[in-house]
Amino acid sequence: MAERNAEEVREQPLTPAQTIGPFYGFALPYPGGPVIVPDGDLRVHGTVRDGAGEAVPDALVEVLQADPHGRVGGLFGRCSTAPAGRFAFTTVRPGATGDGCAPHLAFLVHARGLLLHLHTRMYFPDEPLNAYDPVLAKVPNDRRHTLIAVPDRDGLRLDIRLQGSGETGGDETVFFDV
Amino acid sequence: MAEPLRRDGRGAHPDRDFPAYRSTALRHPKLPLVPLHDPETELTAPFLGTGPIGPIDADLTAQHDGTPLGERIVVTGQVRDGNGTPLAGQLVEVWQANASGRYAQAEDAHDAPLDPNFTGVGRCLTDEHGTYRFTTVKPGPYPWRNHDKAWRPAHIHFSLFGTAFAARLITQMYFPGDPLFPYDPVMQSVTDPAARERMVAAFDLDATVDQWATGYRWDIVLRGPDRTVFEHDLPGDGGA
Repeated sequence: MAERNAEEVREQPLTPAQTIGPFYGFALPYPGGPVIVPDGDLRVHGTVRDGAGEAVPDALVEVLQADPHGRVGGLFGRCSTAPAGRFAFTTVRPGATGDGCAPHLAFLVHARGLLLHLHTRMYFPDEPLNAYDPVLAKVPNDRRHTLIAVPDRDGLRLDIRLQGSGETGGDETVFFDV
Repeated sequence: MAEPLRRDGRGAHPDRDFPAYRSTALRHPKLPLVPLHDPETELTAPFLGTGPIGPIDADLTAQHDGTPLGERIVVTGQVRDGNGTPLAGQLVEVWQANASGRYAQAEDAHDAPLDPNFTGVGRCLTDEHGTYRFTTVKPGPYPWRNHDKAWRPAHIHFSLFGTAFAARLITQMYFPGDPLFPYDPVMQSVTDPAARERMVAAFDLDATVDQWATGYRWDIVLRGPDRTVFEHDLPGDGGA
């Protein structure tokens, strides 16, 4: 059996991405989309904002997470941010995954004006395993807070800032090159 | 443990900071992305509770009592990964404007008629060869406010998942020979001409149905696993 290295078989160049555009709302959201786990006891919500701090009412947020035992695959959610830039999911707290990561939710953000979607994550506040998480370890100290949800009376809040403000842009959400 | 994905070839995607498409100005991150290597979550494919998907879901001309106006077309192609492996059982979601260039969404204010017999939403699962197939009408071009006399070339939006969250793709399929291509910053955000061409379907006589519909073929390539590829994984005779 002949073997060829990956370079030589790059015969299938990728199809480029394009923006989701403004008018996906009649197509992609579905009634159960924001309910990752029916009757889940955790509500995760937030607002997607742009570089001016304005709410982004035409984003689509997708979530993939592990189940309470740390198994990934079965739990997926999708929520549009129409009409006020807000999203909310009903779910349960995941377990730690097998790669040594602290419990987290993987987020994908699509939006008009975003030519290629963005990956980010939500971690849990007061989670001791965060200190050992290999992904958080790669994030500069002063930006780590953008990945950690804030408890409020509605559950856990994770606001997503597509672009930071000012010169430093320090409030920009950490996005990942996966 | 989930398989890592190939990291090469992603230069085909647009830069998120593309000033000619004005809405990117405040919606692209300015700080560098943080590399994430071999994350279990993002390398897993979501299980999509799609519910039953029937033939009507893939025939956008058959979802209402009447027949939509416009040029009936078949759009078909193969979904495969960067290693050439066909992806079977993949959810393909599409949405589009009607033949007049109007979306069936309340926010679309374009002064073109809605079609009571056309919604413009479809989905299907790829078959064992990775093939998807939709029957629809050719969408019309429509104006937007990005710049003076801005018109989007006719396109169909596609959404796919692949074998991992990190292989997810949302993109647009265009029609061959559209004179609006050079003026469209969304399409031109893909700066490599060869990559741009990969978003354009080809007229296909094999997909054309006599006395019924013209056919277009458009293959879609998603990120695939980063592993040494053996001959038997390659499509066709593989070459040596």
